[in-house]
Amino acid sequence: MIPAIARDRPIPMSRTVRKARGTAFILLAILATSLGMVALAALLLDVLRDGIGVLSLEFINSFPHYQAEKAGAKSALAGTLWVMSLTAVFAMVAGVGAAIYLEEFAVRNWFTRIVEININNLAGVPSVVYGLLGLAIFVYWMGLGRSVLAGALTLALLILPIIVVAAREGLRSVPPTIREAAMALGSTRWQAVRFQVLPAAMPTILTGFILALARAVGETAPLIAIGAFTTVLFVPTTPTDSFTVLPVQIYSWISKPLPEFRENAAAGIIVLLVVLMLMNAVAITLRNIYSRRSRW
Amino acid sequence: MANLIAEYSRNRRLRQRMREAPILAFLFMCALASIGTTVGIVIVLLEGALQFFREVPVFEFLTGTEWTPLFSNKQFGVLPLLSATVVISFAALAIAVPVGLLTAVYLSEYAPEGVRSIVKPVLEVLAGIPTVVLGYFAISFINPTIIKPLFSTETPFTALGAAMAMGVMLIPMVASLSEDAMRAVPASLREGAYAVGSDRFQVSVKVVVPAALSGIVAAALLALARAVGETMIVTIAAGSIANFSANPLEPMQTMTAYIAQVVFGDTERGGVEYQSVFAVGLLLFIFTLSINMLAQAVLARFREIYD
Repeated sequence: MIPAIARDRPIPMSRTVRKARGTAFILLAILATSLGMVALAALLLDVLRDGIGVLSLEFINSFPHYQAEKAGAKSALAGTLWVMSLTAVFAMVAGVGAAIYLEEFAVRNWFTRIVEININNLAGVPSVVYGLLGLAIFVYWMGLGRSVLAGALTLALLILPIIVVAAREGLRSVPPTIREAAMALGSTRWQAVRFQVLPAAMPTILTGFILALARAVGETAPLIAIGAFTTVLFVPTTPTDSFTVLPVQIYSWISKPLPEFRENAAAGIIVLLVVLMLMNAVAITLRNIYSRRSRW
Repeated sequence: MANLIAEYSRNRRLRQRMREAPILAFLFMCALASIGTTVGIVIVLLEGALQFFREVPVFEFLTGTEWTPLFSNKQFGVLPLLSATVVISFAALAIAVPVGLLTAVYLSEYAPEGVRSIVKPVLEVLAGIPTVVLGYFAISFINPTIIKPLFSTETPFTALGAAMAMGVMLIPMVASLSEDAMRAVPASLREGAYAVGSDRFQVSVKVVVPAALSGIVAAALLALARAVGETMIVTIAAGSIANFSANPLEPMQTMTAYIAQVVFGDTERGGVEYQSVFAVGLLLFIFTLSINMLAQAVLARFREIYD
């Protein structure tokens, strides 16, 4: 008679089966990993195939047009540049300011806890909801209209949580001895932050800032919501001018029924991706330069 | 003399403090801005939604199965938009969670450093692709070359096409968050499993994945919140007709796509369609906020702390 213990024990798997299972799993995992890369490759090839024929200096230097072959992305590029410059200023000042307050001055209490929880939750709010906020507050309530300024403020609010998180990380990476040394020499807390901590934390802050800005450059939904125009036949000259940006222009070309506009959309996408690549390259270079230069 | 010096330095400190008070006040205002944003969002959504609910009863809005705000016979039942959001989000998760999780297991447990240093940046690039581009990818590649031949569909817009593009968008997110969770599992756990005779597969699947489960579940929840709130892919690729259906091969309109459609056209401010956008926005906000908070709760409640 077989003892109970032996009977209940699972039959040991043979070495070959175990090996086969291991190999099958590795193959499956490699397959899954390559899926993301294949998708990216397919996307880039698809866009290049459709858009490279249209892409030219003329495309970058022409205004939108009802004839696809005459249309270009000049006003969209200019609008993106305008909106991003203002977004950068607003988001940088408010984001770094908030981070400095929370890291360097605030006493840990219920208020700072609420701010922290709030920032975590804000990061998860869909961008189109920010668009509705911008529409109701900036466009109508503050009467800014469908302007560059309204767009920039909306996007600044959108990327604010990302910048606060990055800036806090940067400030936290500066050792407390730096602050103590500065204050021992008679500087106030603010002077220590302003002249010692902030410069030391700047590379980390800048890297996070550029990545956040890159996210804003690609945002479409909030700007559609606040009413970025789709056919802008001029380059904005003041913050109160109406505007369009690259992603909105691309969307408007995609949504046109004529198939020729698809090629314009693809060409616009190439321009957008190049802009994003440049921004990422700057961020990576910054990170590399400063990570080699550890000062403590 | 000593008194004078003491008084001088006290005065100096006081003056400095006075000078720096505005700076501190400004920094405090910056920190307040994030709270202001939340309050602003809630007020704007509530106000628009309340106006909308004066025209359309809440019950009708939440249980109606017809959404035809642009027809002459206006019906405001949100269920078609809700079902479309659910169908597309879960279809996207059905792609992104297994693929992202397997990618994370591979990167954390198997991949040699050389492979990792290639795959990680590529995934970061994929994560940085704007959603309007993914929407384009859905209608110019996924629909015509994958879905059409496979299911012989007729329409250029399908929920499945949008969901697949969204799945591609979510893969890097799920992969990177899950990998972080798996890398936080201490080596001693793996070594212990090897010591009692496990092979690599068993260590990965039966030790590391369960040990990192809270992080993986949180990653999936965050991906779900992102999918529910994603706008451009569905606006471009899923069609613009509210459709109360569970068939992913049909076109359908999600909550976000409806908002985009209305605000993109020049809808009259104060009209009931304009207000409906805020009611739908409020529902969307409640959903994404709850999912996010659930994800944070999972992390806080079930995180295994290894020291």
